[in-house]
Amino acid sequence: MSQSHRIGGGQIDRTQPLNFTFDGKSFVGHPGDTLASALLANGVQLMGRSFKYHRPRGPLSAGSEEPNALVELRSGARQEPNTRATVAELFDGLQARSQNRWPSLAYDALSINDRLNSFFTAGFYYKTFMWPAAFWEKLYEPIIRRAAGLGSMSRLEDPDDYDKGFLHCDLLIIGAGPAGLMAALTAGRAGLRVVLADEDFRMGGRLNAETYAVGDHSGADWATAVQSELVSLPNVRLMTRTTVVGAFDHGIYSAVERVSDHLPTPLAGKPRQTLWRIYTAHALLTGGATERPIPFENNDRPGIMLAGSLRAYANRWGVAAGDRVAIFTNNDDGLRSATDLQSKGVDVVAVIDSREGGTLLPGIRHLRGAQVIDSAGRLGLKSITVRGPNGKVETISANALGVSGGWNPNVNITSHHRSRPDWRDDIAAFVPGSGGPANLHCAGAAAGHMSTHAALKSGAEAARHIAESMGKQAPYVLPVAEDAPVQITPLWYVPGGKGRAWIDQQNDVTVKDIKLAHQENFTSVEHMKRYTTLGMATDQGKTGNVIGLALMAELTGQSIPATGTTIYRPPYTPVAMGALAGRSRGKEFKPFRLTPSHKWAAEQGAIFVEVGNWLRTQWLPRPGETTWRQSVDREVLQTRKSVGICDVTTLGKIDIQGTDAGLFLDRVYANTFSTLPVGKCRYGLMLREDGMVFDDGTTARMAEHEYVMTTTTANAVTVFRHLEFCRQCLWPDLDVQLISTTEAWAQYSVAGPNARNLLAKLVDQDISDAAFPYMGAGNITVCGGLRARLFRISFSGELAYEIAVPTRYGDALIRKLVEVGAEFDAVVYGTETLGVMRIEKGHVAGGELNGQSSALNMGLGKMVSKKKDSIGMAMTLREGLNQPGGLRLVGVRPVDPAASISAGSHFLPLGAAPTAENDGGWLTSKVFSPHLGCDIALGYLKAGDQKIGTRMRAVNFLTQVDTEVEIVSPHFFDPEGERLRA
Amino acid sequence: MRYSGFRVIAEALTGHKGWKPVWRDPTPQPDYDYIIVGGGGHGLATAYYLAKEFKQARIAVLEKGYLGGGNVGRNTTIIRSNYLLDGNEPFYEFSLKLWEGLEQDFNYNAMVSQRGIMNLIHTDAQRDAFTRRGNGMILHGADAVLLSRDEVKAIYPFLNFDNARFPIKGALAQKRGGTVRHDAVAWGYARGADLRGVDLIQNCEVTGMRIENGKIRGVETSRGFIGAKKVGVAVAGSSSRVMSHAGMRLPMESHVLQAFVSEGLKPLIDGVMTFGAGHFYVSQSDKGGLVFGGDIDGYNSYAQRGNLPVIEDVAEGGMALMPMIGRARLLRTWGGIMDMSMDGSPIIDKTGVEGLYFNGGWCYGGFKATPASGWCFAHLLATDQPHKTATAYRFDRFAKGLMIDEKGQGATPNLH
Amino acid sequence: MIINHPILGPRDAQEFVYLGDASLINRPDGLTASPAEMHDYVYLRDNPAGLHRELWYHEQGDRSWLVVTRNTVTHEITKVEMARDVARSMGRSK
Repeated sequence: MSQSHRIGGGQIDRTQPLNFTFDGKSFVGHPGDTLASALLANGVQLMGRSFKYHRPRGPLSAGSEEPNALVELRSGARQEPNTRATVAELFDGLQARSQNRWPSLAYDALSINDRLNSFFTAGFYYKTFMWPAAFWEKLYEPIIRRAAGLGSMSRLEDPDDYDKGFLHCDLLIIGAGPAGLMAALTAGRAGLRVVLADEDFRMGGRLNAETYAVGDHSGADWATAVQSELVSLPNVRLMTRTTVVGAFDHGIYSAVERVSDHLPTPLAGKPRQTLWRIYTAHALLTGGATERPIPFENNDRPGIMLAGSLRAYANRWGVAAGDRVAIFTNNDDGLRSATDLQSKGVDVVAVIDSREGGTLLPGIRHLRGAQVIDSAGRLGLKSITVRGPNGKVETISANALGVSGGWNPNVNITSHHRSRPDWRDDIAAFVPGSGGPANLHCAGAAAGHMSTHAALKSGAEAARHIAESMGKQAPYVLPVAEDAPVQITPLWYVPGGKGRAWIDQQNDVTVKDIKLAHQENFTSVEHMKRYTTLGMATDQGKTGNVIGLALMAELTGQSIPATGTTIYRPPYTPVAMGALAGRSRGKEFKPFRLTPSHKWAAEQGAIFVEVGNWLRTQWLPRPGETTWRQSVDREVLQTRKSVGICDVTTLGKIDIQGTDAGLFLDRVYANTFSTLPVGKCRYGLMLREDGMVFDDGTTARMAEHEYVMTTTTANAVTVFRHLEFCRQCLWPDLDVQLISTTEAWAQYSVAGPNARNLLAKLVDQDISDAAFPYMGAGNITVCGGLRARLFRISFSGELAYEIAVPTRYGDALIRKLVEVGAEFDAVVYGTETLGVMRIEKGHVAGGELNGQSSALNMGLGKMVSKKKDSIGMAMTLREGLNQPGGLRLVGVRPVDPAASISAGSHFLPLGAAPTAENDGGWLTSKVFSPHLGCDIALGYLKAGDQKIGTRMRAVNFLTQVDTEVEIVSPHFFDPEGERLRA
Repeated sequence: MRYSGFRVIAEALTGHKGWKPVWRDPTPQPDYDYIIVGGGGHGLATAYYLAKEFKQARIAVLEKGYLGGGNVGRNTTIIRSNYLLDGNEPFYEFSLKLWEGLEQDFNYNAMVSQRGIMNLIHTDAQRDAFTRRGNGMILHGADAVLLSRDEVKAIYPFLNFDNARFPIKGALAQKRGGTVRHDAVAWGYARGADLRGVDLIQNCEVTGMRIENGKIRGVETSRGFIGAKKVGVAVAGSSSRVMSHAGMRLPMESHVLQAFVSEGLKPLIDGVMTFGAGHFYVSQSDKGGLVFGGDIDGYNSYAQRGNLPVIEDVAEGGMALMPMIGRARLLRTWGGIMDMSMDGSPIIDKTGVEGLYFNGGWCYGGFKATPASGWCFAHLLATDQPHKTATAYRFDRFAKGLMIDEKGQGATPNLH
Repeated sequence: MIINHPILGPRDAQEFVYLGDASLINRPDGLTASPAEMHDYVYLRDNPAGLHRELWYHEQGDRSWLVVTRNTVTHEITKVEMARDVARSMGRSK
């Protein structure tokens, strides 16, 4: 198909054709085109459907404010819904489809909504669909949900990569129009570190869309020349296709660079987009202004667009959106569109100027004091109806209409910290208010400086001011440019019509909706927005919000500033979720922490389990084992029979040294450590200040002033943080130092009757029971001199040790342990076996250390020393922590050994109804004990200490399992502890 | 004026001229029997139930900004009663039951939609904890089901089942959970209260409290003194500020929680889903936007806006769970101020000042509590007795050691 | 946010972990404090809208606890001190 609407000029490369498709139909455009400009060049105006009424729509704009021309771009896993055709750069092979229509864009079944529009007013759904109650989920809502939404997702994994980057600068300039370029030039020459970012793929801003000169050049050429100089400055970084989307605290801005969206697929090794976090001393908003329309009846037809966009298509892209063009304006800028188009040979059939006075355009039918009151054309504009100054109504044939209701400075980012903009009557627009982000300055049209000269000057001035505040001189010379004043007589909407006049085109919010909101007293700006959905579409109301506000001001009889404004929220334009997530996805969502035995275990075919960010061996299957239980039972039985080895490196390890180390430990542990002899370990119970158990572990005294603490895996970080708080904030003069050594030592548990025999083959010193008794601890050497630490502690109830070597020897040590363990048939066991043995032994862990339990709950109440102050001690005295019938740790086993029980089941008395009143507590952890041949569990049971020997039910309603259980001591195995003292 | 489908049709045929204001803009009276401070969801619900269920009159709601402008208009719209602890579960189940009849009760379609909520399970320990919770819910008369990995996959096949850092092992689901159109809740209660004679006074900020001999006499406001026999405060993130007028320090901190919505998309996610291995939860609104969130920013704030690290953290959780959403776009972020209490649970109680009552400490869970919070607060205000489902929500639970700590984090508000 | 660490200079707040009100430094002695004193220390906060002295921990850094004076309405930070120095100035020692 030929480019029927392509005219001369523009910044496109006509030598190179780019083939693309829209709804399966093939077209040709050129480099420099957007999808919208290329479609318009091919005579395609109809690009989308509106959200509610499914009205046919074409592009309203030529930029990121676009509410209408949204398409699904690309296909397969790269399908990208809601892409604005007005900013989608054309590339060869681009595929786009219209969205939110069925069966086709031209014939959309749901356009029935348009005919039913009198029912579908603002908020109608709040008043109906209530009866019968069940029909909402079953009937009404499913219909609404199916009809709603815009584009669709592929449901496939996004195949592209995203990156994150960090930049530091003195000055971030947001927008590379005349003000931004002039500011960058001034600040760059002064030696500031400058980042200049622009959302467009071509710098220059409006200069690219206008015909007037800057100095001796055209505006676009001046922009190119400035860029050339900026590129030569090493302290200036130019970023095109980069939208600054958010202003955060203390000079941090986020920006999205669309690295590859202009290509069919990202180049090898390149991301699709990069999220930049920019740290800057100052920022300068030079983001320009956005034109707003004037609502009139049926003002939403394809072919009706913003006047400035109409001329941008002509000047920048060499496209005439129609061949019979009319302009409707309330300000002088609209007249420029008429003269620009006419000078390009486009037939300008009329200029409808709502103002009575002003200059009369030569050679054009310029109707002053007139208004467009209606339009016709179902899928594209055919004619407009105009009411002249004398009230005479005429129909004018036109297939494109440019509308200009004035320009709104792009204040969005200045209100990201919730400051509100100020109203200026002379330009009939909001400008940035005070109280915005610190050190964010504004210049150019974004600050209300609407002429090219004013933009250049304010940009240079702002840069000079910032440079001087940083001790740099920044002289500048301004090029000569037009300095036309803003001549506007506000016309917020065309009154008198009976039909609908659109304010928010995407969400189908019309003048009538605002009037209804007013009638129903949704007059606060926020109520109006929320009730009508004005400004909540993907364009965030960039073209419509101010109009809605002005209308509400008129209805309430207040001024616009007194009516207020809603606050623009980040991001400035919608941001791909992938860019915000960056590389943190899939397996890289969180870093892996691997234990020293990981490589060895992987070689052995270990099954790993996620424990926080750690991967730990869960069990180690042997040939012939087909279920995990076979492996775990074997590991347990063999450990209890001979010896087992387990990597316990993940436990937190903290070295605590200093002359006050013992005193410090007495304060952070509920029990006492200052009396612990050198060379011994003790179990420690750590409370939070609210008296609940925080953590537990063993702490060893390695020397007079040197302790080694272990924490649980889960709390390694938080315990260390807490200890530093105590050390620095509570007792700053204690002589005590802390360092986390979790990653410095590889540590293995060696447990079982042959544990000593096995270790004796490695340890250079005497570790006989006499020399190294139960709860002994010491510095030793292994394998002929390698420094190591040995602790005779047991989590399994067996004769057991934990041996630690510097981490880099961890891999060697596991291999050595396995090698010398061969003669004892040593097994290596994982976290499942660890769990079985600790529950057999009645030790508390994850399920019991739930942050909601006191020492008394755990049967450890006596460990809390009342003779000394320690963190949490005072709070344990409260009545709620000492209730006689409170929860106590118990052991649980099914009366029928073949029956199963599960953790999370609740206790109910035999025969009692399943009610909360009868709820006795719950099972915290459950395993199968190969030693006992049945399921066993730990649980918290109300008055559990008095219920040992009784029977209850353990009920799991979720799995429909109701088992009679016996309440027993939590110490299932070797309750006297003879084995661990062997 | 009663709303109905017939009414909508009748108005459509006559040009919508008959719709009346949903509430009046009354001038404050010199004094009231009850003043509710805070025109958010909880305050409006309190006024509504005081008038409707407890037959009280001479009630005013004072709102410093616009009705429903606080957290009721800034949340992610989820309702559920899947709580763990006995102090909480009866209350939230009561709330869910009220949601189930709410629209017919106040004659406003708030789009209460019970499309279900599922909490994904990623570890065996999590399954144990969720099993405990699910059974507790059932014992309290709520509903809960445990879903297997395959059952989750059948519902949401596009989740990351094959390449996940933390594998999905199932879910605890509550089918009666779901979402509600948040603004409509505020408007429905406001309209219902207004119809029953409650004065809803906007742009009226409480600047002081008049207390004589230990008894409340009224409140100083930006529109002058207004007398009252009883004053109930329900101002969420502003709790500490307002109660400081009565000389009280509270067991809470104010924190910012950000919320997020994507561009409109064709239906993907029917119910609500929480990702148990990251800070991410999501649902899809009837308009098609994915509504999602994560953790609070973590520092005290009254700014109603947050910072970038949490935005990225939430997006990472989303991508880890649903690898397709890389190409969906985040449309808007915003922040609300959460009244984070010391154990993560709320307070509905009398104070040391006779006639002054407090409702707060909702953390980021206040929306789902709105009906029961209003009902229970109205009960307390009208009868001076706590409602039977809210007996645990006392100020003195901290002094007595009777905390309701769902997350087991202790007196660290930003961790709840 | 950026916290200007007294030793390390400006650092992204993401490197820190937040605890809360700096009044947590002022811990009463558990053996001698009344239950009410202990309750107020553990559970009550001023929670001001405005200047707030608060504890931040440089976990991804030098492990210093800092007392940051920050405006909770604007997030502006006006002062950053080593918590140890603040604790000493409040009379805390051993």
